[in-house]
Formats: sequence, structure tokens, C-alpha cells
Amino acid sequence: MKIEGGQCDDVRVLSCAPAGETGRKYGMWVLDVENPGWPKVIAGQFAMLRPERFGLTLVWGRPLSICRAEPDRIRFFFQEAGRGTAVMAGLAPGEKLTLWGPLGKGYAVEPETPTLLLAGGMGLAPFVEYVLSHPAPQNLHLVFGHKPELSCYPFDALACGRGREAHREEKPGDLEAFLAVLDERVKAYADGLVLACGPKPFLTAVARLGAKYGARTQISLENRMACGVGACLGCVEEDARGHYAQVCKRGPVFWTKDLKFFQGAGS
Amino acid sequence: MMDMRVNLGKLSLKNPVVTASGTFGYGLEFSPYGDLAKLGGFVVKGLSLKPRMGNPVPRLAETPCGMLNAIGLQNAGVNAFLRGMLPQLPWRETAVIANLYACDPDEFGELASILAAEEGVAALEVNISCPNVKEGGVLFGQDPAQAARVTEAVKKRAGDKPVIVKLSPNVTDIAAIARAAENAGADILSLINTLSGMSVDIRTRKPRLANVIGGLSGPAIKPVALRCVHQVRKAVSIPIMGMGGISSAEDALEFILVGANAVQVGTANFMRPDFSFRLVDELPLLLKKIGAKSLDEYRGSLRLD
Ligand SMILES: Cc1cc2nc3c(=O)[nH]c(=O)nc-3n(C[C@H](O)[C@H](O)[C@H](O)COP(=O)(O)OP(=O)(O)OC[C@H]3O[C@@H](n4cnc5c(N)ncnc54)[C@H](O)[C@@H]3O)c2cc1C
Ligand SMILES: Cc1cc2nc3c(=O)[nH]c(=O)nc-3n(C[C@H](O)[C@H](O)[C@H](O)COP(=O)(O)O)c2cc1C
Ligand code: FES
Repeated sequence: MKIEGGQCDDVRVLSCAPAGETGRKYGMWVLDVENPGWPKVIAGQFAMLRPERFGLTLVWGRPLSICRAEPDRIRFFFQEAGRGTAVMAGLAPGEKLTLWGPLGKGYAVEPETPTLLLAGGMGLAPFVEYVLSHPAPQNLHLVFGHKPELSCYPFDALACGRGREAHREEKPGDLEAFLAVLDERVKAYADGLVLACGPKPFLTAVARLGAKYGARTQISLENRMACGVGACLGCVEEDARGHYAQVCKRGPVFWTKDLKFFQGAGS
Repeated sequence: MMDMRVNLGKLSLKNPVVTASGTFGYGLEFSPYGDLAKLGGFVVKGLSLKPRMGNPVPRLAETPCGMLNAIGLQNAGVNAFLRGMLPQLPWRETAVIANLYACDPDEFGELASILAAEEGVAALEVNISCPNVKEGGVLFGQDPAQAARVTEAVKKRAGDKPVIVKLSPNVTDIAAIARAAENAGADILSLINTLSGMSVDIRTRKPRLANVIGGLSGPAIKPVALRCVHQVRKAVSIPIMGMGGISSAEDALEFILVGANAVQVGTANFMRPDFSFRLVDELPLLLKKIGAKSLDEYRGSLRLD
């Protein structure tokens, strides 16, 4: 019998280039690989990537959000964070990598519901696919918080009918101002849908606001992963019932109400 | 095509490739990546009598050529497995092996009797790497007398199911434990389980695992595993499943060369989820390529002159 899951293929790198003019400075990269014939992708799903170059040294693949799935290519948007992503940054066209995906559960798509997208830094990645594949982008509103220049991010391509705003954190005080913006926006979408991706402190703030205004809220978690397919039980997060759930399978996108971590977020 | 069937006493496998406990979930997780029925068999995640929540996170750390894990045997309990998962597994076509975990011999016996009644379970693999709580925390797998007691307890209640005893490498004399298990009635031995290890972060000054200490697996442990299989092969006459760091067909043959009857694949399933399925195809091709006449001819043919 077959259960839901991805497929595993050896694919070629098409390109790996710095993201924007200054991307190299921040170690931010856009990686395109061959699309091995994936079925439909749901924005928020991810893939595991393991370049041949990892050899025996790095045993695990690296989880990255699917930034864009097109018939001929899958795009990822990543930042160097350690040994594996440093190797990935050096990938040349034609190099082989093992790719398994699409994996996990993506974001809810409710075409008629006013939907607020909240992205922090690299958390913009899944929203590229989300916005570009959404049946009614006129109902979307994107709020983006970032530190490196905006030109490092695929922000301009994201046309959202209800609004699109970017806030850069450069000096002390910017973060507080950004949090105030988030508060106002979530309040305005209390009857809509709030979707977030970014660093955990950012997600915690969003979850707290979602609870404060009673907005239905989904967030995407980035727990450390080995298998990506639900087998190793390494990536678990405690759910609202007190059980450890595999983030790679039950998530990475969760309703905040289903997670223990965010239960107390309202108080 | 070379005949890849192997008989480990009463346990017959269609080929020597078996996936290792804890690295292959309950099998179904890997069904999108290959035909489970193609495998020689698979050992499911360790089962305990009662559900276990497992350890806090982080439970995993990647280390050079390997990884550490301290999952803490999170599992839904033996009954949830038998009711919810086993019926979905292709146990008529391949060997579904249960991995047992308990903290005293009686509990091991109880688990064995529950699993022995299941048509879909091909064999019982006993994980003796846990501390014996009643004996003050001595690991069953580190003391020949304790290993024998657990083996006897399981064997007594396992009916006609083959009993596999899984050995820990964290001992001074693995051959002594192996002999104790054999004398206590073990039908098969599997080895090795993970090596005890640790990893720390110099910046945060914290251990990388919440549990501080974990089990090392992956290519890094292969030389230790081979040495263990070699020593145990000389010490016992029952069949052996060899494992530890297998990440290619060449690696698998190394274990067979030193005398393993079958192999188990663990961490390599994380390197790519179709690894074990591919290994089933690659093994006969490689045997042929290196000029082996058959799997049986090649097994244990290590030249020690
Ligand atoms: C579902 C999911 C989607 C992700 N999407 C993106 C994305 O689109 N763009 C992006 O830049 N990053 C993304 N990340 C984070 C990215 O996976 C890590 O930055 C990366 O794995 C770091 O690997 P490394 O070898 O460079 O770091 P090391 O620290 O050398 O890695 C050691 C191990 O820890 C894991 N690890 C380390 N940091 C993280 C982290 N923050 N999250 C998860 N695992 C980590 C690694 O995968 C590796 O297995 C995502 C993570 C998850 C779980
Ligand atoms: C994440 C993980 C979980 C494991 N869980 C179990 C388990 O539940 N029971 C068991 O007997 N061995 C368990 N093991 C040990 C493996 O079955 C195997 O003995 C070990 O990893 C060595 O093989 P490898 O190097 O091919 O991974 C686990 C290993 C890993 C990596
Ligand atoms: S990464 Fe293995 S269970 Fe999620």
C-alpha cells in the first residue's frame, strides 16, 4: 500500500547564485534544481536536499522550503547557517544532488478568505510559492520583516491585492515598531487567516497576537531533521495533547492551537 | 540473476537486506520510496508494553560521518502497533521483525508472548541495550549473565518465533555476551547497536543533545562494527545480522565477507530514503562484478592467512 509522501530522485543543479546584488555578503543564495516530475506542490511544503558533495561526511539531507515549483525547475532560497549550507552555496550547474519531496503539510489556501502573510527573513521562501500559486491574490496581504537589503529577497515578484509592505530592522527600536505593525495587522485579520514563517521568536509573537485577536493562525516550524519522512522521530514538537509529533510529517505548517509551545502564547 | 535468498535458521529472507530498528519507522513511512515487499525484511521501531513519550529535544546531532541520537524509544506501545500498523504492512511478502524494549526480564517475556501470537511478525529482535532498573541500572547488554536472563525470558514465551538478540558494542568483550545469548537459546544475533557518544557546542557551552549522551551511528562506526561481527562470528555458530555504518553495497559485502548472514541498514536510510531498496538491486550485481560465485560462497570467506 502507498501512503502520502514525496519521491526521491537524483537531480542536477541548474544554478546556484547569490540572492540579489548583495546576497553574497549575507550568504544568501537562490538554488535552482531540475524538477524530477513532482506532482502538485502545496506552498509551505519542503524538500530534503543532499548534494553528492556531502560524501560520507555530512550524513543528513538539509530541509529547505519549496520557494517555487515550476515544470522545469524547483527553486530554493537559503542562507548559509553551518557546514551543510556552506557546501550548498558552492554548488555548480550540473552537480548532482539527491532530492526528496515534496514533504509535509503546507499552508491552508482559502481563496475567498482575506489572508495575512507574515514573513520574517528567510521565512519569505514559502510565501513566494504561496502568492504565485494562489487562485485569488487580490485577497492576500504580505507583511515582511528583514535585516539585509530588500534586494536580497524575492519580494518584488509578490503581488498581493490587499497590500504588501516591507519593514527593515536597522537600528534599535525598529523591532518594537515592527511588532506594533504586526499587532495592528493581525487585529485587522481577526476574521481572516493568518499565516507565518520565520524565526521562532517571530512565530511566538505571531502566535500570541493570533490568540489575542482570535485569528486562525498557522505557523511553519524549523526543527532539526534527519530523515524528513516521519521515521526517525528526531524532529518532534509537543502538540496540544502533550504528544510528540513529527514536524516533518504532521507539519512543518501547524495551526498554532495544535501546538503546546504556543498554547500559552495568549497569556 | 544470483540467488540472494538467505536462511537464518528458521528465518528465511528473500535477500540479505534488512532495515534497522529506529531508522525505518514502521515501514510505511518509506513506502512512497520503494516497494517494501522487495526488502529481505524490516525491523520496526522499538516497541514497549506501554506507550513511551521519549526524550526531550534536541534528540539528534550530526557528527562527522555519522550522527548521535537520543530518541528515548518514543513509541505508541505494542498494542497500538499490532492494531494500527501491522495490518497495513506487507508481512506476507517480507519479514516484518518486531524490536522489543523493556526494563526487566518479566516485561520482556510479556512483550514476547504478545508478539509471538501474531502471524504477521516474522521474528523478535531483543534490544538489550537498556538499563535493568531492578538490578540498579546495569545494562542487560553489558553483562553476560543478564543478557542470558533476558534471552531466556523472551525465548520461553516466543513460541516458534525466531529470537534475535541485538548486541551492544559498548562492552569490553562482545564475544562473551554473544556466547551467553547463544547458550541461553538465541536463534540469531544482530550487531551492533549504537556506540555511546557525546557532542557539545563550544559557543553556547551546551551539549547538543538534551539527553547529553546519545548513540553514535553511521559510516563512522563501521570499523568498530566489522570488528565486532568478526569476533562474534568466531565465537558462536548461530546466524548473524551485521550492521553499523553500511552506506553502500561494498559496505554490505564487507559484513558478509567477515561472516554475517544478512545485514541491517540504519543511518543510510536517512542519507536517501530509497537507499535500502537500491541496495537490494545493487548487491547481486556487485557480487558478480567482484567474481563471487554465490552469496553462500562469499559469506565468511575472509582470508586470514
Ligand atoms: C521545514 C524546514 C524548512 C526550512 N526552509 C528553509 C529555507 O527555505 N531557507 C533557509 O535558509 N533555511 C531553511 N530551513 C533551515 C535550514 O534547514 C537550516 O538552516 C540548515 O539545515 C542548516 O544546515 P547547516 O548544515 O548549514 O547547519 P549545521 O548547523 O551545520 O547543521 C547541523 C544539523 O542541524 C540542522 N539544522 C541546523 N540549523 C537548523 C535550522 N535552523 N533549522 C533546521 N535544521 C537545522 C541541519 O539540517 C543539520 O542536520 C528550513 C528548515 C526546516 C526544518
Ligand atoms: C534514530 C535512531 C533510532 C534508533 N532506534 C533503535 C531502536 O529503537 N531499537 C534498536 O534496537 N536500535 C535502534 N537504533 C540503532 C540501529 O538500529 C542500528 O543498530 C545502529 O544505528 C547502527 O547501524 P547504522 O550505523 O547503519 O545506523 C536506532 C538508531 C538510530 C540512528
Ligand atoms: S526528520 Fe525524521 S521524523 Fe522528522
